[in-house]
Amino acid sequence: MANARSAQTHPLTARQAGLVACRRCGRVHGPAVATCLRCGARLSSRDATSLQRVWAWLLAGLVAYVPANVYPMLETTTLGKTSDNTLLGGVVELFVHGSYGVAAIVFFASIIIPIGKFVAISYLALAVSRVGSGAAAHTRHRTFQIVEFIGRWSMIDVFVVAILSSLIQLGSAASVKPGVAALSFALSVAFTMLSAMSFDPRLIWDADKDPVT
Amino acid sequence: MRHESACGLRQDLDLADLVACPTCDTLHKMPEIATQTRARCLRCHQVLLNPRKRALTNIVMLAVTATVLMLAAISFPFLTLQSHGLMRTSSVIDTIMAFSQGLMIPLSIAVAALIVVLPLLRLIALVYALGPMAIGWVPVPGAMQAFRLAETLKPWAMAEIFVVGVTVALVKVAGLAQLTIGPAFWAFAALVLVTVLNDNFMCRLTIWRTLEARRPTH
Repeated sequence: MANARSAQTHPLTARQAGLVACRRCGRVHGPAVATCLRCGARLSSRDATSLQRVWAWLLAGLVAYVPANVYPMLETTTLGKTSDNTLLGGVVELFVHGSYGVAAIVFFASIIIPIGKFVAISYLALAVSRVGSGAAAHTRHRTFQIVEFIGRWSMIDVFVVAILSSLIQLGSAASVKPGVAALSFALSVAFTMLSAMSFDPRLIWDADKDPVT
Repeated sequence: MRHESACGLRQDLDLADLVACPTCDTLHKMPEIATQTRARCLRCHQVLLNPRKRALTNIVMLAVTATVLMLAAISFPFLTLQSHGLMRTSSVIDTIMAFSQGLMIPLSIAVAALIVVLPLLRLIALVYALGPMAIGWVPVPGAMQAFRLAETLKPWAMAEIFVVGVTVALVKVAGLAQLTIGPAFWAFAALVLVTVLNDNFMCRLTIWRTLEARRPTH
């Protein structure tokens, strides 16, 4: 595609041209326009509260993630005996039973992805103030895309708990009840999703001082 | 291409002919590209345009298909469990109601929203926004709001994640009891495929431009 300036120099952004772009539909406006003429979205050259909201949601997600690990996800009653299953306990149990593939999926969805997200979002939010190379911007852009794409998949464990609780209701033989951790884990996933959505990716590229490659 | 002048931007360039990359703010001149081809951002390489042949018709038809599948997935049983002579059939509604005691009610509402309400709402919004245009009419009033709603709901419609959840639950229970997969499971699985296909036809920028271009003038 042709940039509005020639491609060899540093590419011209809407902000540098004194214009405001709509992030929803790509329409470009003069600086005085408040809502997008094409799709009606609110316009801002850069979302000034973006980082504040990122940190707020991330903190909320982190707080909710603590009880999600401490309290039981599932309360299983088998022949009168009740046992609790935590997030990590469920993974260990699957692994011991020999279901390595599924253990890996659950481990990935409920431990690796949430923790990876906390780290990745903090890194992105901290790095926007550092001026870096184009390659660094590409790496951060890639990180943001992965975080945005993968975050929702952490919900798997909440659905598993819901399915098991509805399915295993065999009277005194076996029954499963959801634990408090299911709620806090669901909240943690939702909060980190909101945190990622609050991030304005244009901030990544404002810190890039390299000519286009 | 020469668009440059002393101030960096040609003066007679109409703003509506420009497109700014939503992820890096880089300005591009709106290209005339053929269907089945992609245009990427010069700087961050994000796909900007990905127009497809008969995209509107395909999106609307796939959305209608997905709605029908969703209704089937809700109403049929999706898993049957047999153990020690006891039998338990579970439907999607049962799964939603699993959290319906005490403190867990909010979770029940959230699960219902994520696997049924929001995906259905998104499909209905898509059909409402694009359906009339697919058969050559002008967009109905509120079409833009409906499409905006569909875009906002996209990350929160988690039917496909639920299907993976079912698979994990199957493995967890497999040793304990005998499980049979019901028709609703297959409806859900088909729903996932149809949703992926549908998203493939969706080129956001092109749809917004079409909505704008065909908007009736008052």
